[in-house]
Amino acid sequence: MTVIARRIASSIVMLFAVSVLSFAVLELAPGDFFAEMQADARVGAQTVDGLRAQYGLTQSPVVRYWEWLRSFVQGDLGFSLAHRAPVSSVIWTRAANTLLLTIPAMLVTWCLALPLGVWIARHRNRWVDRVCSGVTSTLVALPDLLVALLLLLLALRTGLFPTGGMLSPDADELGFGARLLDLGTHAFLPLCALIATTLPSVVRHVRASVIEAAEAPAVQAARGYGISRARITSHYVLPLAANPLVSLAGLSIATLLSTSLLIEVVMSWPGLGPLLVEALLAKDVHVVLSASMLASALLVIGNLAADLTLYAMDPRIRV
Amino acid sequence: MTRAGLIATVLAGLHLLVLLAGFAAPYDPVEQTRTLPFAPPSRLHVVDAQGQFHLQPFVYALAPDPDNFDSYVEDTTQRFPVQIMVAGSTYSVLPGIESRLHLFGVEAPARISLLGTDGFGRDVLSRLLHGGRISIGAGLLATLCALLVGVAFGTIAGFFGGRVDAAVMRLADLFMAVPWLYLLFAVRAALPLHLDTRATFLLLVAVLGVVGWARPARLIRGIVLSARERTYVTAARGLGAQAPYLLRRHILPHTLGVVLTQAGLLVPQYILAEVTLSFLGLGVGEPTPSWGAMLGSLQQYSVLTSYWWMFTPAIALVVVAVAYHALTSTVHARLRLAAS
Repeated sequence: MTVIARRIASSIVMLFAVSVLSFAVLELAPGDFFAEMQADARVGAQTVDGLRAQYGLTQSPVVRYWEWLRSFVQGDLGFSLAHRAPVSSVIWTRAANTLLLTIPAMLVTWCLALPLGVWIARHRNRWVDRVCSGVTSTLVALPDLLVALLLLLLALRTGLFPTGGMLSPDADELGFGARLLDLGTHAFLPLCALIATTLPSVVRHVRASVIEAAEAPAVQAARGYGISRARITSHYVLPLAANPLVSLAGLSIATLLSTSLLIEVVMSWPGLGPLLVEALLAKDVHVVLSASMLASALLVIGNLAADLTLYAMDPRIRV
Repeated sequence: MTRAGLIATVLAGLHLLVLLAGFAAPYDPVEQTRTLPFAPPSRLHVVDAQGQFHLQPFVYALAPDPDNFDSYVEDTTQRFPVQIMVAGSTYSVLPGIESRLHLFGVEAPARISLLGTDGFGRDVLSRLLHGGRISIGAGLLATLCALLVGVAFGTIAGFFGGRVDAAVMRLADLFMAVPWLYLLFAVRAALPLHLDTRATFLLLVAVLGVVGWARPARLIRGIVLSARERTYVTAARGLGAQAPYLLRRHILPHTLGVVLTQAGLLVPQYILAEVTLSFLGLGVGEPTPSWGAMLGSLQQYSVLTSYWWMFTPAIALVVVAVAYHALTSTVHARLRLAAS
């Protein structure tokens, strides 16, 4: 219990540090949200200064950081100047949309990668392995951007899947089932892109750890006892191979979030990605801060979950 | 030739081509020909319209097709042979030294665009080569940046240990805890959006370098930590050697392998990062070509589906990335072999 408490405490400290770092970096930026307005000849300097004062931009950085932190902890997550509303009112639906992509993508990736990796490992150094290794290493080298663009091209050429957005324009008139189907067809393309970019490296890792586990003395002994191959895989090899894979699953959330950001922008999925890019271009500081914080929090939670799983699974760690 | 040699030669060739972009490219990368937007790659002919064979390949001038919108016809009345070493637009070889010599070209009014033209009628091949300068250059410089910071912090942490070590490693954890693209965005947000190309480029390099120092620093710390405890280091210390000497003579040479493999991994990663940022409009902007900015035009669905040659920067990117990965894995295998 103390271990868990300590890990959670250190995660919170970490998140706090991330927020200070991000704020400091944003603070170094020249210009602010109203800088664009200043360039407009029709708007007087007094008006701009008035607005700045009204939204508290004239205060010292420490005060402004404190204001953001207080707002963040209270649940408003800061104030978006572009939306003239608390950040929480815009960010939660966007974050949910991002999770709508990343969670299924992660589940599918692992459900595919585990059997595939085990299967390839069983055929080690045979043509199955060679072909699959070739394919996965090629896919690893393909930039996410290119994968997304190629899938988009495929969809546009064949017209099989809708491109862009989450729902069809007339989705409001559809029944619940039809709406769900509509959502599914819209999500299919970005999901494919996410899975295609994360699957290859996960398969490679599964293959490597299964091969390593299969050579362990315990597994050799089990084979000597004549235990069936399926049982050896499920009861001996997989528990042995699980350790690095659980850590990898925790770490892969970071890559998944970054990739998702890019794919959302390319495929115009209304997630955190487009929101963040818009906020960056408009210098909407609180939105950028809170979006980065949410992403970091997801990442930290993922790593924490991985660590706790390991702690529960592996008695060696508890000693 | 060995596999490693072959890969290294290919990579060196690619870099040389990009470095000599002004010479290898037939046109100025920002020169527009508004009458030829999205012209397809020029076709090299050896047989003319009368069926006569010519040893020297030639092209025809393109003209918009009067019957079809958005397509071109070749004007077969006049041949334009492809010439080697021709005078063309002026470019600077080095700051201060200018040249007009190009590897190949054709006489005006015909234009040779081996990879077609973009929406402004600019030659894609010329933009690809010049853009490679920005993209690969950013990758190399950012790697240098990240490794310098990483080696410095990693060595300090590993060699001095204790509180310094703890502080540096917490900082590294911090940088590794943030999804890198978000961090990149946050740092990029700190920079003014509209800057001249040179400033944007340098800032981009600095940003990429800052984001990526943590991993090499961690690895180098581990190596320094173990190297510090070797008996010959203790012996040298006993003989009165000072920290700078110990580091230079006994400890840093150990880190060479990690530095090399990390460099091989970071360069393609950073090239990709530059491409991603420029693709999203946060990097080097128009009219200066960079691979990411060139790919940015694919965000329009009409361009994406109609003009395959606009994908060439992505292909170049994959080639460079694969070559770097192959080289790194070969070097890594060799170093392991040497170590064991």
